[in-house]
Amino acid sequence: MEGGPGVIKKFMYVNRKAPYGTIYALESLEVVLIAAAFDQDVSLAFIDDGVYQIAKGQRTKGIDVKNFSPTYRALEGYDIEKLYVAKESLEQRGLTEDDLLVDVQVVSAAEMADLMDQQDVILSF
Amino acid sequence: MKFGILVNEGPYTHQAADTAYQFIKAAIEKGHEINRVFFYHDGVNNSSSLTEPPQDDRNIVDRWSKLAKDHNVDLVVCVAAALRRGIKDNNLAPGFRISGLGQLIETGIQSDRLVVFGD
Repeated sequence: MEGGPGVIKKFMYVNRKAPYGTIYALESLEVVLIAAAFDQDVSLAFIDDGVYQIAKGQRTKGIDVKNFSPTYRALEGYDIEKLYVAKESLEQRGLTEDDLLVDVQVVSAAEMADLMDQQDVILSF
Repeated sequence: MKFGILVNEGPYTHQAADTAYQFIKAAIEKGHEINRVFFYHDGVNNSSSLTEPPQDDRNIVDRWSKLAKDHNVDLVVCVAAALRRGIKDNNLAPGFRISGLGQLIETGIQSDRLVVFGD
């Protein structure tokens, strides 16, 4: 696909890592916020420990790291509303949709695979 | 085919920078085009001119610079990630340039495939 002006591609950001311990989650979120300015079709997927990125009640004072989880709540304001969470990843960690701080669609591994199949660009962090 | 490349890991600690380089070499040899290589996370450390590996080891930074020179490949280092890790214009290896994350998104839009090398 040639990328001239006005091209809209389907971008999916796949978040697989816990929010703290490594910088991947924070820097991934920085990419998503920049991407919002490009008028592309953006969706986010949370799988494996990535589901912890959007868990409620993050308190990071004890590890002296910025709690950036409120930013996920701001994504709606950037017209980023397609957030998919892997059902199996939630269940394996004893979490439910009620434990999450944003509205999401919980999808099975097979549904997630279908969603990924529909994308033009997948950025995995 | 036109490829965009994202390198998310630093040199020597992780295989990603080596695999990305080998992928790019192979792609160019097959006649494909590399639209851009974007360095993010610890991947920005691939651009440090202060890197001095032992003589009997591969020089990952020089290898990137040579790739840029020989094949006119655009090597872009994320500014925010670079500043966090002490990479600035004055210690940036030849062939690299520092720019914003928009360059990554643009590569995603303009390439046929964006290939991510990382953990």
